[in-house]
Amino acid sequence: MKKSVFLGTLAATTVLSGAVFAATLDDVKARGELICGANTGLTGFAAPDANGEYQGFDAALCKAVAAAVLGDPTKVKFVPLTGETRFTALASGEVDLLVRNSTWTYSRDTDLKFDFVAVNYYDGQGFMVKKDLGVASAKELDGATVCIQTGTTTELNLADFFKSNNITYTPVTVVDDTEAANQYLAGACDAYTTDASGLAATRATLADAENHIILPEIISKEPLGPVVRHGDNNWGDIVRWTYYALLIAEEKGITKANLEEVAASTTDPETRRLLGLEGEMGVMMGLDNNWAKNAIAVSGNYGEIFEANLGTSTPIGLARGLNALWTQGGLQYAPPVR
Amino acid sequence: MAMVSDAPKGNFRLSMLVYDTRYRSFTIQVIVLGLFIAFVAWLLLNLQANLAAKDKDISYSFLFNRAGYDIDQQLIPYTNDSTHGRALFVGLFNTLAVSIAACFAATLIGVTAGVLRLSKNWIVGRLMTVYIEVFRNVPLLLWILLAFSIFAQVMPEPKDFKVTQEMVDQGLEPPAQKIFFDSIAITNRGTNVPAPLLDRPLGSVSVLDVPINLSVLAAIAVIWGSFWVNGRIRASAKAIQEDTGIRPVTWWKSLLVLIVPTTALLLALGFHLEVPAFAADENGVSKGFNFVGGISLAHSFTALFLALSIYHGTYIAEAVRGGILAISRGQTEAAYALGLRPNRTMNLIILPQALRVIVPPLISQYLNITKNSTLGMAISYLDLKGTLGGITLNQTGRELECMLLMMLIYLILSLTISLGMNIFNNSVKLKER
Repeated sequence: MKKSVFLGTLAATTVLSGAVFAATLDDVKARGELICGANTGLTGFAAPDANGEYQGFDAALCKAVAAAVLGDPTKVKFVPLTGETRFTALASGEVDLLVRNSTWTYSRDTDLKFDFVAVNYYDGQGFMVKKDLGVASAKELDGATVCIQTGTTTELNLADFFKSNNITYTPVTVVDDTEAANQYLAGACDAYTTDASGLAATRATLADAENHIILPEIISKEPLGPVVRHGDNNWGDIVRWTYYALLIAEEKGITKANLEEVAASTTDPETRRLLGLEGEMGVMMGLDNNWAKNAIAVSGNYGEIFEANLGTSTPIGLARGLNALWTQGGLQYAPPVR
Repeated sequence: MAMVSDAPKGNFRLSMLVYDTRYRSFTIQVIVLGLFIAFVAWLLLNLQANLAAKDKDISYSFLFNRAGYDIDQQLIPYTNDSTHGRALFVGLFNTLAVSIAACFAATLIGVTAGVLRLSKNWIVGRLMTVYIEVFRNVPLLLWILLAFSIFAQVMPEPKDFKVTQEMVDQGLEPPAQKIFFDSIAITNRGTNVPAPLLDRPLGSVSVLDVPINLSVLAAIAVIWGSFWVNGRIRASAKAIQEDTGIRPVTWWKSLLVLIVPTTALLLALGFHLEVPAFAADENGVSKGFNFVGGISLAHSFTALFLALSIYHGTYIAEAVRGGILAISRGQTEAAYALGLRPNRTMNLIILPQALRVIVPPLISQYLNITKNSTLGMAISYLDLKGTLGGITLNQTGRELECMLLMMLIYLILSLTISLGMNIFNNSVKLKER
């Protein structure tokens, strides 16, 4: 009798675990909602607006995936995650997809069993200090107290940077950007370090932004991108190609405004394949053929999303830099839809 | 005449397992044990299956890898080149430091407040009631956050202590000053206190990679020795008093024995204090970001220590009050009849007897203090939860391993405290012969 209990439990757990971790696409379709792990609040990337709806560069990608999979960009639930909780949430299946300016690293990719499907923002770590501190370079920060988000790659880069420059610092660990900004403003630390884009976003929310400067040193490579669980390749493909669809749209000049017009008149074979006018591209991933069209319709192509949330016309004011298309000297490059 | 008949032998039937009271209890116990084992096995199989589904294994090898992060408060030497295992110990020692300090302070506060609450002085008694009721009925986490934010918001920034060129030119003082003869600086980041320094230290030996400071050991030995000699002097004085009825004058001997050897040792080692200060150029203009030298106690430690000791002090106060009330009034009256003053009655008659009642709840308070020190994570105090269960867990992604190890360490810690306090309890409890 005991043996049958064992076998029964074994069978049950195997079935259960299989169901949880294999076909994310089927889960999302059955649920009718995409659950997306997002930042607890980083203006420009993912932060709730006045109506409590998530807006931003990362949030737009979640909405595009929801549109590609479910045909409706509003069917996405954002789960706010800190640097500490994000990977546990993804690994446990609490979220289907993590788009939370997370850095692609070797050990996260291999040991933590995740897949970084693309790089949606090429970033690097920087420092922000108050102007009246009189510091012009990060190498002058000997003996300073530095606010640092725990559980991040920046925590390790910081230690490496100070060590390689033979200078010392005192770390103050914080859990998210909001707490970091509070501690930094209260003077609990002399400098705040995180991804340069995050610094720009935090600086934009400060009342006296002109009194804070971002130091010129970029001390690391921080390729940020959407993350999925290892082992569900089809789901990884869907997220990856939704992102590439936004890039190809920018390359082909397809915008939110002219999407319908292009779809009606285009003769370019790749554009026709992308928009589902010919071929069975969507079906190959288990989606509708107009998946890419739906994704682009949400908030436009990659360039439009960048300009609307982070670009020079916003308070954050980031230039495209490395994130320009490869045709314009940047690193953003999508493989062909064929 | 035999009243108990022998059990019938030889005709055991299976149904007797249920219907015979002699076997039924065995049957029930075997079933319960079986179910329990099945439950544990189910949990383990579940774990195994889920780990396999995620393609993960259980491995503690990360403890021997380079940690790569820095910790600001450390009682044993640690750099970012040290291993995760060492970071674990740094955290463990931080846990122990704040727990032990808070246990002592909470006991002091608790005993005082508990005794004073019974005071006949109306104001004192009511004040203690207010203290106990207010602090006991607000969650500990809020007290920790409150204490921390008071320090962080009210105290001046380190830069307010700096002397600028303008101040030198115009002969002005910086907006913030150090206290206690210009030796202690309280900033919004921490308390900078003078550090004891030795010009001619005895060096140190390394035991299990933890350096043991010989100078400190020598000082402890000398102080302990002085107290032992002082004890001998007092004992011989007592013996003379009992023989002759006259107590010889000993205070100058005690003073000499207690002070001279320690002072001599400190002088020989070249003891002096290093006062925290900003680095300054030749004109007296301060440079740098923070105080240099001295010991910096982060406010996360101070706030956690204060909140833990004041909050748990209320529980200890109630235990003390209960213990005192448990001693019959006749004991006090008997002591008064012998002419003992209220102070001595409390210290010599009531408290020693009350200890029997006080110690068991005291054990659980010490356990609570140790466990509640994990709340320090709210103010970034890097205790065991902060290093092993926080940064190491996040950087390695080994949630299960870190959590299990942390639970095991806290369990061992609690059992050790419990064991020690139970030994103490056995020594004070009523001896029944």
